[in-house]
Amino acid sequence: MTLQPTMVASEVLHRSRHDVALMCRWAALGIDVPNRFAIRNGERKGEGNFSPDIHFSRAPLVRLAVAILILVGSTSLGRPLTPDAALEITEVAAGIFVHFGVNDLMTADNEGGIANVGFVVGDDAVAVVDTGGSVREGRRLLAAIRAVTAKPIRYVINTHAHPDHVFGNAAFARENAVFVGHRNLSRALSVRGPFYLSAFRRIMGDVLDDVELVAPQRQVDDEAKLDLGNRILTLHAWRTAHTDNDLTLLDDTTQTLFTGDLVFLRHIPVVDGSLRGWLAALGPLAEIAAKRAIPGHGPAAAWPLALDDERRYLDRLAQDCRALIASGAPLATAAVTAGASEKSHWALFEEYNARNATAAFAELEWESTQ
Amino acid sequence: MMFDATDTCAPQSMARRCLQVLSLMTFATVLCGSLVQPVIAAEPENPWPGLARDIFNGRALADGAGLIAIEMPYRAEDAAIVPVTLRATLPPGDTRALKAITLVIDQNPAPVAATFQVGAGVTMISTRVRIDSYTNVHVVAELSDGQLYTSEVYVKASGGCSAPTAKNAEEAQANLGQMRFRQFSKTTDGPASGPREAQIMVRHPNNSGLQRDQVTLLYVPAFFVRELRVWQGDELVLAMDGGISISEDPNLRFNYLPNGATRFRVEAIDTDGHVFKGEWPVEAAM
Repeated sequence: MTLQPTMVASEVLHRSRHDVALMCRWAALGIDVPNRFAIRNGERKGEGNFSPDIHFSRAPLVRLAVAILILVGSTSLGRPLTPDAALEITEVAAGIFVHFGVNDLMTADNEGGIANVGFVVGDDAVAVVDTGGSVREGRRLLAAIRAVTAKPIRYVINTHAHPDHVFGNAAFARENAVFVGHRNLSRALSVRGPFYLSAFRRIMGDVLDDVELVAPQRQVDDEAKLDLGNRILTLHAWRTAHTDNDLTLLDDTTQTLFTGDLVFLRHIPVVDGSLRGWLAALGPLAEIAAKRAIPGHGPAAAWPLALDDERRYLDRLAQDCRALIASGAPLATAAVTAGASEKSHWALFEEYNARNATAAFAELEWESTQ
Repeated sequence: MMFDATDTCAPQSMARRCLQVLSLMTFATVLCGSLVQPVIAAEPENPWPGLARDIFNGRALADGAGLIAIEMPYRAEDAAIVPVTLRATLPPGDTRALKAITLVIDQNPAPVAATFQVGAGVTMISTRVRIDSYTNVHVVAELSDGQLYTSEVYVKASGGCSAPTAKNAEEAQANLGQMRFRQFSKTTDGPASGPREAQIMVRHPNNSGLQRDQVTLLYVPAFFVRELRVWQGDELVLAMDGGISISEDPNLRFNYLPNGATRFRVEAIDTDGHVFKGEWPVEAAM
């Protein structure tokens, strides 16, 4: 008899994979499965052990069968039952740890791990900078933190509302940390969050189970300082640039700047706020007294050299769009031509350039004078 | 030892349980069809027949191939700003004229994106819409004899962090009602003496009202441009009844036949009753 994950599939009908994994562990250990996991099977009501109220614990045979099936199913579906493995991290400066995301779109396979996430360890406490693209990635980040230090996590800082930066928030819900973000982060999460959840559910399936949109408890209007114990972090809330809720974080001790997605390296910049605003922010950004930057995507780099590629791309995009607008070209043309000369310089160019050009064109159409 | 009986299992009940397990698995296998690939959402039911019936009161829709075309990118690059061009082409000798065009985005929360009433010579309208998910987009043209013709395209939803909402909410609000009107020397593909093109842009957040504020748990009220009208002198060129599927900062580009008037006039009305007006001199064709 071949065991297929079909039983798992049927079980999943009314409950999340997370629940099933729990059921599996409990059932395998012979632990009573709580009521909420009781099999729903109205058609078999009153018949033997399959009445709706019957727990697995009262049906050892079924329990065993279900446990084995679920185990097989879990394994074949690539859901290891081992504890969350720590993310691979690099200590880029004393007490500054970063996990560098892959240059890709969020998928089930990469667990949404496309953005750089990291943490800063002070004498007393830890601050987390972005939590990744799934709760699973968030848990793996937490495991990485715990492999380095047992100090409490005092702050979880979200650099902006994009899913690859905030979908891991729920992993830190039990850490007693204060969630921190730009004053516009709450609004962005509430307006876009539900859309992101459903859109990425289509792509990532149950990898997104447990994702919760966690609004910041502490909002940064302009600038704020956080103390981790002999370690001050300076947070700065920016005007609309990459998004309308960009926040940067400077570790004063090592002069390391977490830029969030205000800086992209290698991964093509994504315009989701204001191209003009972003170009305008590059000047003040470059003036920040940092030695190195951790971009939202791409490798750590010297500051402000890290801005050069991005500035060139954004400038090119703006110039191309302005020329197209002046010539009377329609938006659809801009999508396929603006920024095209930058193609060889960036990863994921095909995925994002047309979209950047579309947004830039629509924005810049309003600057022409009449 | 998978089916080893325990002391609580009498032989006959064990057999029954085996049957139950097997039948449950069969049941599961049947269900499994929709679950073996849990990553791919089930294809939603085609809403078009019902939509068409409701929007057009059961009137017959003829195939619009060669008569009404809809141009959209195959993938909605930016969910908030998807360019769409509607083009009517009547065959030589057909004396009918285009009267109205309805644009329907089947899977959007409010599928009817806009209905356009057109004046003389308008055969092309470009605008920008929001696309929430993978969807068919339908255009229905009504000709002067009352006949309805439809065409459709399929559009893939955008990827990445694109969302069908405002990018810069404060700016949209701060510039509410600003207008731009642009006239192009000629159509992109016609002679200078023929129809011309113009573009009207209105600053407006065009909020959908479908978003829930996570803090107050209240729904943001819908706030959008519901009417936009363009006149050449006293003659209506184009009128749009719009909805929330029209992108932020509603933007219409269209062709028209110059009627000798010296001024364009535009009026937009939003759901809060704001009336925005603009007037521009007709520029000479170059």
